[in-house]
Formats: sequence, C-alpha cells, structure tokens
Amino acid sequence: MSTEMLIWLIPLPPLLAFALIVLFTYKKHALSHWIAVSAAGLSWLGSMVVFFSAAGKEGLSHEPFRSFINWLPTQRNFLQIGVQIDPLSAVMVFFVAWTVLMIFIYSIGYHNYGQPKGTADHPGLPPHGAALKKHKETGGMVPSVEPMYARFFALISLFAFAMFTLVVSDNLLTLYIGWELMGFCSYFLIGFWYAKPSARDAAVKAFLTTRVGDVFMLLGLVLLYSQTGSLSYADTLANPVVIEELAKHSSGILGLSIAGLIGLLIFIGVIGKSAQFPLHVWLPDAMEGPTPVSAMIHAATMVSAGVYLAIRVFPLISAGWEPGHALTPTMVVLASIGAFTALFAATIALAQNDIKRVLAYSTISQLGYMIAALGIGAYVAATFHLVMHAFFKALLFLGSGSVIHGVEHGVYHTGEHVDPQNMFNMGGLRKKMPVTFWTFLLGGLALSGFPLVTAGFWSKDEILSYAFKGDYFIVFVVLAVAALLTAFYTARQITLTFLGEARTKASSHAVESVKVMIIPLIILAVFAVTAGWSGIPQGFPLFGGILPNWFEEFVGSMVKESAPHGAGESGSLVPLLTSLVVSLGGLALGWWVYKDVRAGMNDPLERVLGRFYPLIKNKYYIDEFYQAAFIKPAIWIADKVAYQFLDKFLIDGFLHAVAKGTWRLGVIFRNFFDIPVVNGTGDAIGKGTQGLGDVLRKMQTGKIQQYMILSLLVVILVGVLFYLYFLLGRV
Amino acid sequence: MIQQIPLSWYLIFAAMLFCVGLFGALARKNAIAILMGIELMLNAVNVNILAFWRFLYSDGVGGMVFVAVVFAAAAAEAAVGLALIISIYRRRNTVVADDIDLMKG
Repeated sequence: MSTEMLIWLIPLPPLLAFALIVLFTYKKHALSHWIAVSAAGLSWLGSMVVFFSAAGKEGLSHEPFRSFINWLPTQRNFLQIGVQIDPLSAVMVFFVAWTVLMIFIYSIGYHNYGQPKGTADHPGLPPHGAALKKHKETGGMVPSVEPMYARFFALISLFAFAMFTLVVSDNLLTLYIGWELMGFCSYFLIGFWYAKPSARDAAVKAFLTTRVGDVFMLLGLVLLYSQTGSLSYADTLANPVVIEELAKHSSGILGLSIAGLIGLLIFIGVIGKSAQFPLHVWLPDAMEGPTPVSAMIHAATMVSAGVYLAIRVFPLISAGWEPGHALTPTMVVLASIGAFTALFAATIALAQNDIKRVLAYSTISQLGYMIAALGIGAYVAATFHLVMHAFFKALLFLGSGSVIHGVEHGVYHTGEHVDPQNMFNMGGLRKKMPVTFWTFLLGGLALSGFPLVTAGFWSKDEILSYAFKGDYFIVFVVLAVAALLTAFYTARQITLTFLGEARTKASSHAVESVKVMIIPLIILAVFAVTAGWSGIPQGFPLFGGILPNWFEEFVGSMVKESAPHGAGESGSLVPLLTSLVVSLGGLALGWWVYKDVRAGMNDPLERVLGRFYPLIKNKYYIDEFYQAAFIKPAIWIADKVAYQFLDKFLIDGFLHAVAKGTWRLGVIFRNFFDIPVVNGTGDAIGKGTQGLGDVLRKMQTGKIQQYMILSLLVVILVGVLFYLYFLLGRV
Repeated sequence: MIQQIPLSWYLIFAAMLFCVGLFGALARKNAIAILMGIELMLNAVNVNILAFWRFLYSDGVGGMVFVAVVFAAAAAEAAVGLALIISIYRRRNTVVADDIDLMKG
C-alpha cells in the first residue's frame, strides 16, 4: 500500500467505530470499548507508519505526500478533497495518534469498567457509586460504572475522526469540516452529563463561543477562495507567488494587505477554538465534561487544532515579512493577544482551587505562548511547544482524573461529603497514589519548564530565546513573567495535591487507580520527558549538539530559515538564565508558600495579594461582564424586540387583524345570505312537504270501505269524463 | 231454431249482479261479507266475458280461457283474503272492517 493510500485510511477507523457503536453495540460495554480502542489503535498504527516514512523522506516540505480527488464541481474547476502529509502534519499526526490512543485506553478505567451498576445512577449524571453487600456494615460504597458507557466511546471516536481528518487534510475546506465536527463533538462531550445544568450550560457556552470565531474563520476562507480560486495548501499557502500577490494588494480595511486580512479572519477562528482572550471563557467551563474529554479537548484535539491552523496559515499571517524586519500588523495582533493571554490566564490559574480548572487556565496560558511565538515569527518553536504541550497536558489531565478518581474512592469509602476536585481537600496523596504522583510530577515539571530533563523546558526556552534574540522585548518579559507564574501555580498544585498531610478523611483513604488508567500515564510521562530531546538547539551550552536538532530541521524546512536562529545561537545567555530562574524560582516559591497548608486554612495567597485576590479568583469578572454586556442585552432584545414587539405586536397583530376582518365578513355573509337565502330555501322545502303531508294524511283513514267508495267515485268521475269527452269529441 | 236469450239480458243480469256485489262490498260491516261481494263482482265480470264471447267471438276459445284465469285469481284471492281475516280475528277478535284501521295516517 502506498503511503498516500495509508494517509486516506488514518481517519476512517474511528468513524467506523462511531457508527458501529451507535448502531449496533451500544448496549455492550466491553464490545464498545474494544471497538473504539482498536479503531484508535489502527489509526495509531497508520499514523506511525506514515510518520516514520515522512521522517525518512528527503525534501518532504517541497514534495509532501499528497493525494486528492475532485469533489464539488464549481464553475471553472473543482473543489478538491485530499490528504497531505508534510513535516507539520507529520508531527501533528504523531502526537494526535499517541494522545488519542492513550486517552481511549484511559477512559476504560475512568468510566469504571467492570464495576457494578450504581444503585441510584441515572443516564446523564455522573455515577454516584454502588453499595456492595460486603461493605454494608461500614456503609461504604464503591465506584459504579458510567451509565452511558458506550455512548462516551462512540462520541470520542467521532471526535478522534474529526481531528485526524483535520490534520491529514490537504486543503482548508476539509480542515474546516473537521474543525466544525469537533465543535459538535465538544458540545456533546462537555454536556455528556446532560442532566447537570452546569454541564448543559457549559456545552452551550463552548459551542456558541467557538462559533463566534468560526464565523470569522469562514469569512476568511471565503475571502481566500474568492481571491485565489482554491483552498488547497499547495495552491495557496505553499505557493510563494500567490502569497506575494496577496501581500501586495491592500484590502482597504485597517490598512491590511489581503493576505493579512485573511490571516486575521482565520486567526479569529483560532481565538475561538484555542480559547485565546477574549473568547477564552468556554475552556474552563468545559471542565464539566468527563476528564478524558478534558484531556481530549486540551491536548489531542480542539485547542491543538486551533494552533495548528494558525501555524498552517502562517504564510498568510506573515506575508510580506522578512525575518529581522518589522512585523506585519496581523503578526502584531497575534503576538499581543498571545502574550496577553499567556499572562492573563496564568494569573487566574493562581487562585483556582479546582484541580482541573488550574490545568484549564494553564492550557489557555500555554496556548497564548504558542500564539505569541507565532506572532513573532517563531514558527518552529510554536510547533515544538504545541507538540510538547499536547503530551504533558494530556498527561496532566489524565493524572488529575486519576487523582479525582482516587479521592472519589475515599469519598465513597468514608461517606464524607467533600468536593473530590478541590485541591484543598487533598494532600498527602504521594503515598496513596505513587504512580499518579510521579507521572503528574513529571507532567507538572514539564509544564513549568524544569530545566534539561523535561520537554517543556526545551520548547519554552526556544520561544523565550527567540523572543529575546529577535528584540521583541515586551513579549519576552511578558512570557517570562507568565512562565514564572506557571511554575508557581504548578508547584502550588502539586504541593496541595500530593505533598504534606491529608487534609480530609476522603483524601487519606484515596487509592491508586487501576492499571488501565496508570499505564497511559506512564507512557505519556515518558514522552513528557523524552520528546523534548528531539529539539535541543545546536548552540545550547553543554548539551547542544549531543543529539541532532531533528525537530528544527524537519519542521523548519516548511518556512524560509528565520534569521535569529543560527545567527545568534551562541549569543546571549540571558534567555537561558531567565528560563532557569523563572522555572526553578517559581517552583521553589510555590512549594515554599503551600508546603504548610493545613485543613481548613485559607489560601496563603489571599493575604499576600490582598484586593487583587478576589479579582483573579473571579477570573477578572469576565464571565460577569459578558453576562451583562452580551447575554443580558441579547435576552433583552429577544424578549422586548423580537418577542414583545415583532412577534406579539407586529406579526400577531397583523394575524389578529386578518382574523377579525375575516370574522366580520363571515358574519355579514351569514346574516344576509346564508340565513335568509340558503337556509330559507331549505326550510321552505321542508315545511311545504310537511304541510302537504298534514293535509294528505287526513285521507288516510285506514278504513278499507272508505277507500273503496273513493275509488268508485274516481272511477265514476273518470267514466263521466270519458263519456263527455267522447260525446263532445264526436260532436 | 229455438229463440235465443238476447245479449242484453245477459248484460243486464251481469250489471245487476255487479251492483249487488258492489253494494255488499261497500256496505257490509263483516269483512267476510265484503270478500263475498268481491266474488260476486268477479262473477259478474265472468258473465259479461262469456256473454260477449258467445255472441261476438264464438269461433275461438279466448273467452273461456279468460274466465278460467279469473276463476283462478278469484280462488287465490279468496284463499289469501280468508287467511288474512282469520289471522286478524285471532289477533284482534273482530272481523268488522271499520275496526281494522291499523293503516290510519
């Protein structure tokens, strides 16, 4: 089988799994997860084969694996669908396949496969646990299996299909299809426990918020198509002539070139999907879904797809920019939004107590990193960080799910009613859950950029050094501060969750998760450490050059070689020292502040930050602001204008007037035509017949002899008449 | 040649017989008597038919055939009529024609 053929096949198994589960096996738990996992496994296998043949091919960026067919006829030619693997999509497909497979396997354990059915469980609600007979004397419970087990696997399979489609697509049209399918799947999965109002609201919020971005993205695609007549990467993004042409002409809007405008519009779609300020509000709320879904959205699919698209359209965004020269307006927008989001989300993460919410804000912050990197032209660094982040964030989410599971187990066991997601209810879990602790620690260190051993260090350091060498000083400072905060809240999270002593009974009764959950953690932890070694800069002190900088060579071939790299490799040590200081400093500070938190204590930050604390605790009141600025007015318009005025007054009024007029006309017809003429005729015929009958019935005496006399008289009369007739006739 | 009884005598006799029958049918209260009146009228007709046949069309048998048919009809009529009267009598214990007025409108 040719590689091109294999690429076509990569997205298909999950789609097939979705159909099979939904149509046939939805009642069988084991069969459903086997279908889903083996589908993910097949896609994984295909992806690995494709990845390694892509990695081994010379000049892949100029001659990518590509195969396409004509799809929709347009006036001049065809819209095409096709697949393409170039260095960028190759690394995408690599981490997507790995994380998807790990998340699928993990989900089996997360949804308590093999546990008894819950006594009070209900589809649409998280399982409440089942009481076991042997535990009856203690009143203890054990976790119960998810009531909609098969449905979950069907939906994440569809989700995986959408992501694979998006990644292997060779044009923006099929990419957009995968993009929207993911919006749909995220809606269903965030609202997986749809009987919880908060989950329902979060699902709607995620769908509508990303939709705001998607509308602009679609506008961008339409503009690109109307300008170039094609949406395929090869004809547009990878064609320097087209890009140059688009960069030359002004769009007449905000002084942007046409390329810049298209890039900006598509980037607004990215803002929605990758949860950048100001459309970041949906991502923390998406934590309402089951934890594997969070991992799916945060690492393998949704938000990665957003950044992938931004990287993909980088030629448009950077059209007309030469490395070392002034940034294009669109790049400035990317850099400022990304850097701002990185810092902004990091500050919010400081004050969140929900273990998953901290990770959600850290995702937003890290995505801001990537966008900012892209905004200053660090194409390779952004891609590198995207891949590294996917690995360690999937690890962290699955780890947090494992922690929640362990604490939930304690909650069931002790019957204590505490929130199993609140980090202040945890503590001391390192002894209870050693594997989860060590893997989570590795993930957390990668997130905070712990030097040398973790993947996050290399990717973050690359972005920082690029910002420093390119003289984007503001971006550099903002990202460095964000990195410091990241290290701080990661240390806070790990300290509160795993270190110290248990702060609740539930936490002291937590148990390690099942094997099917911790094996994916171990595999992802391996990646969280080793993946970074594929991209160690050549000029790095001591370690540079030991391993070839494969990532830089491979993905870097997609763009014109950018100046700050290579030229300034051995230059200043400032960025390296900065990343060392912020990561180690942040971690140490976080540990030091939180190491002595006891049960019932407030967050020590509350005292330190003073009046700033409520502000970040409440996420800068942005949700409240949106509620007041957009949702309330929208409801007001819907109620007053659309409902009261348009619907009630205009449309109903018109309808009522028509109805009333018709009614009046009807009354007139009735009074002046129907009653006198039609009814009158009918009644007269009836009355006449009846009157005649009344007259005639008098003759009907029933006495036979009277009839006979009558007949006789008639006969005589007729006889007389005949007689007279003949008599007169003869005369 | 013997002096024949002229046709007019037969006709006068038949007319008288008919009138007696008619009177009986119209005036008698007893339903059986009414039936008998009707029989008389039928026989008056028979006399008429035979007389006309004998005097005007004696070369065929048409007149006798008609009379036979009338007899048959009269016999049938009498049988049905008497049966009806007996049935009425059993039910209402009367044979007076004026009392049998179920068909009064």
